[in-house]
Amino acid sequence: MSATGEDLPGTGPEGRVPAGGPSRTSRRPRRDRTAPPRRVRVVLADRRGGRRAVRTIVELEEQTSVGEALVRSLVRAQLRTALLLTLTTLGTIGMLPLLFFWLPELGAWTIGDVKISWLLLGAAPFPAMLVVGLVYQWRAERHERDFIDMVEN
Amino acid sequence: MQLNPWALSGIVVMAVVTFAVGVYGSRSAHTTSDFLVARRLVNAERNAAAISGEYLSAASFLGVAGLVLRDGVDGLWYPIGFAGGYLLLLMFVAAPLRRSGAYTLPDFSEARLGSVGLRKLTALVVLVIGSLYVVPQFQGAGLTLTTVTGLPNEVGVVLVALVVLVNVFGGGLRAVTLVQAMQYWVKLFAISLPAFLLFTAFLSTPSTSRGELVADMPPRFERDTTVTVETNVVLTVDRPVLLRAEGTVNGAPVSGAVYWAGDQHTVAAGTELHFTAGSDVPVVEGAVSDNSSWAQPQDRGPQGLFHTYSLIFATFLGTMGLPHVLMRFYTNPTGHAARRTTLFVLAMLGLFYLFPTVFGALSRLYVPELLVTGDTDAAVLLLPTAMLDNWLGKLLGAVTAAGAFAAFLSTSAGLIVCVAGVLSTDLPSGGQVRDFRLWTLVATAIPLAVAMGFSSLSLSQTVGLVFAVAASTFCPLLLLGIWWRGLTAWGAGSGIVLGGGLSVLAAVLSEWGPSLGGWLGVLLVQPALVTVPLAFATMIGVSRLTKDRVPLDVARVMLRMHAPDRLGFIRDRDVERFGGPGDQPRSGRHRAPEPD
Repeated sequence: MSATGEDLPGTGPEGRVPAGGPSRTSRRPRRDRTAPPRRVRVVLADRRGGRRAVRTIVELEEQTSVGEALVRSLVRAQLRTALLLTLTTLGTIGMLPLLFFWLPELGAWTIGDVKISWLLLGAAPFPAMLVVGLVYQWRAERHERDFIDMVEN
Repeated sequence: MQLNPWALSGIVVMAVVTFAVGVYGSRSAHTTSDFLVARRLVNAERNAAAISGEYLSAASFLGVAGLVLRDGVDGLWYPIGFAGGYLLLLMFVAAPLRRSGAYTLPDFSEARLGSVGLRKLTALVVLVIGSLYVVPQFQGAGLTLTTVTGLPNEVGVVLVALVVLVNVFGGGLRAVTLVQAMQYWVKLFAISLPAFLLFTAFLSTPSTSRGELVADMPPRFERDTTVTVETNVVLTVDRPVLLRAEGTVNGAPVSGAVYWAGDQHTVAAGTELHFTAGSDVPVVEGAVSDNSSWAQPQDRGPQGLFHTYSLIFATFLGTMGLPHVLMRFYTNPTGHAARRTTLFVLAMLGLFYLFPTVFGALSRLYVPELLVTGDTDAAVLLLPTAMLDNWLGKLLGAVTAAGAFAAFLSTSAGLIVCVAGVLSTDLPSGGQVRDFRLWTLVATAIPLAVAMGFSSLSLSQTVGLVFAVAASTFCPLLLLGIWWRGLTAWGAGSGIVLGGGLSVLAAVLSEWGPSLGGWLGVLLVQPALVTVPLAFATMIGVSRLTKDRVPLDVARVMLRMHAPDRLGFIRDRDVERFGGPGDQPRSGRHRAPEPD
């Protein structure tokens, strides 16, 4: 998704604007006559259905019922993913204290000379949490791509 | 303790390098915007290194090893929580907070709920959390300098305050970002290399002494050891111990041989205890006395279980409420970059936290005298020289001392920038660089005074308190503010007051109140499992009661926080307030009416 907007920060006269600015500035809608026209054309010309995209963005901004429904469904999807993954973490790493409490003999098991409980608490949670984070990142970005697709088509 | 020139030079080198990088980085800092948000030119990797460098404080570098030495395997929940907080931050806060365009927590509360009063309240909580968190940093610096030089505690405290001030005065967040990013790598190196070498040395010792670490007996002194007790302690003895003592034991003056049967004994400050090689180590009250129980998870009954879960609550949820960490997310250009940064932080912290555990476990064998004095926080500093009695041990000791100093420097610098930034923007005269510098002085002076005044608090205790307060105030504010449209300023305010008030009260009672055993005692030491749900319930309940005060622009703010970056709804509030890098008035399409 290296789409046009984000790759153009240095093109305009205000090349110094911090990133985050560019995508906004470059996709400023046509009705804003004070915007530098060059930047507007570059981006919109590249995009199929650009005019409709602008209309949907305006709808989002004006908070029509369509725009509202779109945003609500995005927020719900993101929240559902986050909660689901939190529960997953809670159900695995978060269960360890209870597990050790109910099954004390588990805490005494060893692999070689090292107690399994030290490995489960001292090393295993860190890569596990990183994996959960990666899964979240992947899901969240996909929800956002779906949202953009819906706005632009 | 005597002067250790190696460790001292490590600290001096660290201070000089920090200063030099600070000066180098500050050459390009000119406007208020530079100072506050580093012009958003920092890439995700460096920003993540800076966040990790800022976050890995005294509690991580020294405190975690000390906790493992004292509490054993259950102490490992601290590093899990310290890192795991970023997982929740990633999933619930990072991208929406960045897209909201708010540059501090008070600014977020005003942007979301449109209340200047709430902004002032959250600014106050930032001040409380920030100051509380700087205090243990200053104390840790004092402890490090005392341990390696024998100088008075105050010198270390003042020295670290001065170096931090120079850096912040020089260049604000830009310089500090550079310094912080460097300091993450310094700290990782300073803990991983010694941990690796010491562990190798440990593996080459005979396996009989290795087996002791999990044996059903107290730790033992490897060699004849003299311990000077610095503060009054209560020691627990499992099996009879014969020792020589000079000073006051159990309330009576003693000079000569002492025989301790089981049970507890009080030792007054200034007493010298001489132990012979092979004798059992008496441990301070609260520490685990025998090794098999030390190595066994969850063997302290239901109260221990409550403590563990409450700790998990405080650390996982408290991380997202730490104002200095949140402020740094604003240096990300987009919400996507904020997520990437958080993922990097999660990886970097996970890597770092593998090593303090090694120190903690080895300390149980080689520096058990720390269990007598209760100075378990010094384990990382003393272990290298205790294990290796040659130049390598001294060199590694210098490396860990430099790393510890880096930890205090980076965390206190980040906190002071954050508190000064909040004070200078949330008070009427705000927005001028001069004010920022003035507030930096104030933000340093308050914790400096507290650190000088109360030198007896332990690192992990104070830091645990900060996490509990953050989890009971800012965590519900952020979670509900980002994901629930129904939140009102009244709801948020009352939740913050109740959650923050209760967690501070619990901390004050557990520190200065009567020492309580049982459930109440556990609850006061680690209150998050109760105070966090209470704060959430209050926020939701009061918001429901004040339904008519839901801000009118809530849909607009929700859209801005959750819409993908490419649609361009992000709006940087500091740029609108202070002007952009070139002082061009810039504004997005989406202008909410400014409440002020």
